[in-house]
Amino acid sequence: MVKELTIISGKGGCGKTTIATSFAALAKGHVMADADVDAADMHILLQPEIRKSEVFHGLNIAEKNDDLCINCGKCYENCRYGAFDPDNTLHPEKCEGCAVCELVCPVNAIKMVERQAGESFISDTRFGPLVHAKLHPGEEASGKLVALVRKRAREVAESQGKDIILIDGPPGTGCTVIAAMTGVSLVLVIIEPSLSGIHDAKRIIEVAKHFQIPAIACINKYDINMKNTEDILDFCKEEGIEVVGKIPYDDTATGAMLVEKTVVEFTNGPLAKTIKKIWEEVEKAL
Amino acid sequence: MKITVASGKGGTGKTTIAVNLALSIKNSMLIDCDVEGPNSHIFFKEPMVKLKDVSIPAPKFDLDTCTLCGKCVDFCQYNAISIVGEKLLFFDELCHGCGGCKIICPVDAITEVEHYVGVIEKGGTGDLPVYHGMLNIGEPFGVPIINELKQFADDKKTTIFDSPPGTACPAVETMRDVDFCILVTEPTPFGLHDLTLTVDVIREIGTPYGVVVNRDGIGDDRVDRYCEKENIPLLAKIPNDLEIARLYSSGVPMVKGLPEYRKLFEEMFDRIKEMI
Repeated sequence: MVKELTIISGKGGCGKTTIATSFAALAKGHVMADADVDAADMHILLQPEIRKSEVFHGLNIAEKNDDLCINCGKCYENCRYGAFDPDNTLHPEKCEGCAVCELVCPVNAIKMVERQAGESFISDTRFGPLVHAKLHPGEEASGKLVALVRKRAREVAESQGKDIILIDGPPGTGCTVIAAMTGVSLVLVIIEPSLSGIHDAKRIIEVAKHFQIPAIACINKYDINMKNTEDILDFCKEEGIEVVGKIPYDDTATGAMLVEKTVVEFTNGPLAKTIKKIWEEVEKAL
Repeated sequence: MKITVASGKGGTGKTTIAVNLALSIKNSMLIDCDVEGPNSHIFFKEPMVKLKDVSIPAPKFDLDTCTLCGKCVDFCQYNAISIVGEKLLFFDELCHGCGGCKIICPVDAITEVEHYVGVIEKGGTGDLPVYHGMLNIGEPFGVPIINELKQFADDKKTTIFDSPPGTACPAVETMRDVDFCILVTEPTPFGLHDLTLTVDVIREIGTPYGVVVNRDGIGDDRVDRYCEKENIPLLAKIPNDLEIARLYSSGVPMVKGLPEYRKLFEEMFDRIKEMI
């Protein structure tokens, strides 16, 4: 049975990718998946060699043939996303792909056409296979692309006999995060001891509960605010969420990034040791 | 005037820039469009008070009239409706509220009800009102809330929008229809990579923009070199100061805890005014 771990935080910049790439270096028999499809960063440290790429079609998009259009105004009246002006001019960038305009147009002047919304890749890295993707700017269907990345990662895991999928999650609580965490075996919530970090971590823990996904947590840069760290420990205790480690503030994380290495490859210092310990705990919990 | 503070990468300091800029200039207001994780309000003492619920129209099915013909299932582009055996299932969190199912239903079995996706709240002071939206837990799409939030911008004030991270639709929605975009980044490989993605987006939209480097000193000069090569104005650099991080962690705005930084934001605003 393949197990999936998703690393999330709610707030961005809490250290998800730093921790995920270190786990990638420490784990054995695993596949990696970068689910932050609109700002993917894992590949910067993992230097993947792309083996297979595939075009991702998001939702279809409206295309209007002005020669056929009789300016009846039905598309404008029925579109709820403001993609048509009162003079029936189409703004494709506002189209959400619902196809209502095509349905109501009496002269078939509007057609829904496929659009390329991004690309997904299956790559090799020094730590094993990586599935990643690139969403085109401003695209709508990012949750669907995350679902595709996870599907391909599962296929790679099954065909290569790997038993863990490490998923680097996106920030937020919306469609991409939901797509990155529904149905996984475990989520690891990275919490930064700032009021913002706590606010957003509480929200993402609510999302995990909503979808009944088991969660554990770790605190990053815990020594930036000891009082907030205490509050996080209390909160997690109340919620029944195990805190598997506390990572101190340490500039070597950036040092490693600057030479495009994972923390555990770059140093043997206290930061790397803490992350190794956390990985052991996560492996136990999986 | 409308200014959006955006960034491809999360946690680069969007909220820090937005809050402190709003506090450093006269006659401003702040609208936090990061509806999945709004944080601006944390830096204001005044409580946020609910202004309104945000909903989208969702279908309600009259199962006595429904003939299970499946036309709505085939039409729905978001796979929000399905028929399993003799049962019609509706997944409200997948629905975008387009109304297509209601139009296509041949027996008028569909009416519309409101599906609540989040709230809009207001706080701050009379001098500096703060608005934010909050997407309900488990709801995937924040754009309807962002669109309503944008309506609260007061033309007589300088409105600062705090954008969600990324380059997908919620971020783009916040970068559209404004006079200027501040792109916040860090001088690191991740920061630069995500900045280049955001620059691609903003160039497509066509809004004037400039870059703020946050935590200057933590990395190297790769962002400076990129901005110089691409001819992108560098608006300001904020040093990597642990004291700023500590203030941030306890919800104290930098210009309150370290008033010497107010000048940096005033000058940033002057530069922006020159550019639009």
